[in-house]
Amino acid sequence: ECFKKKKKQPTATLTVQLTLACVSAPQLFYSFFKSLVGKDVVVELKNDLSICGTLHSVDQYLNIKLTDISVTDPEKYPHMLSVKNCFIRGSVVRYVQLPADEVDTQLLQDAARKEAMQQKQ
Amino acid sequence: HQQLFEKHLVLLRDGRTLIGYLRSIDQFANLVFHQTVERIHVGKKFGDIPRGIFIVRGENVVLLGEIDMDKPCDTVLQQVSIEEILEEQRLQQQAKQETEKVKMQVLKDRGLSIPKADNLDEY
Repeated sequence: ECFKKKKKQPTATLTVQLTLACVSAPQLFYSFFKSLVGKDVVVELKNDLSICGTLHSVDQYLNIKLTDISVTDPEKYPHMLSVKNCFIRGSVVRYVQLPADEVDTQLLQDAARKEAMQQKQ
Repeated sequence: HQQLFEKHLVLLRDGRTLIGYLRSIDQFANLVFHQTVERIHVGKKFGDIPRGIFIVRGENVVLLGEIDMDKPCDTVLQQVSIEEILEEQRLQQQAKQETEKVKMQVLKDRGLSIPKADNLDEY
């Protein structure tokens, strides 16, 4: 129980920190996503569509290419049925959901903080 | 590039779906589509409107996908005529606007408002 409580608090702060880091330290996230190539992720778009797939590649604009995709939410989006691979424009991504064991959140948080400090100077 | 000979599907920010042969793409995701068809989906029905050649400005692109001919798909979907799908779409839009109206009124009564998410940010 105490464990649960501990996890809940830092997540909100972490999300905000990482979001800010995305703007102030774009290279960081490009490198971060590059390290996740080959992993299965779920990308939630600003139009509320969620797509599950394997991260094939990412570019400097954080555009994402996914392979072997499937639409996670019920097929409210029938047009995607015959699409296996897709390119997602970085500007339309709301969230990228990652498997928890693939991410060292402490490392990421430290790197983001470091970048933020450098930016300030 | 293998990509330029497969049929592609693009989702646009205004909710439209275009299907056609991708002839060109650049770093901004600007696209040139050949033999384009606008596909409208309402429930399990869909209709195709031929549109010819389309040039899409990258900022309007949400998602670009390669259509895999081998993947089984159209089994659940029923193709109908253009007139029918446009009518279905009109009814769907009407119903949506009704619920939006009610929602807005309820929010207004509570002194709240939600901004439209269309052009919140431009990269």
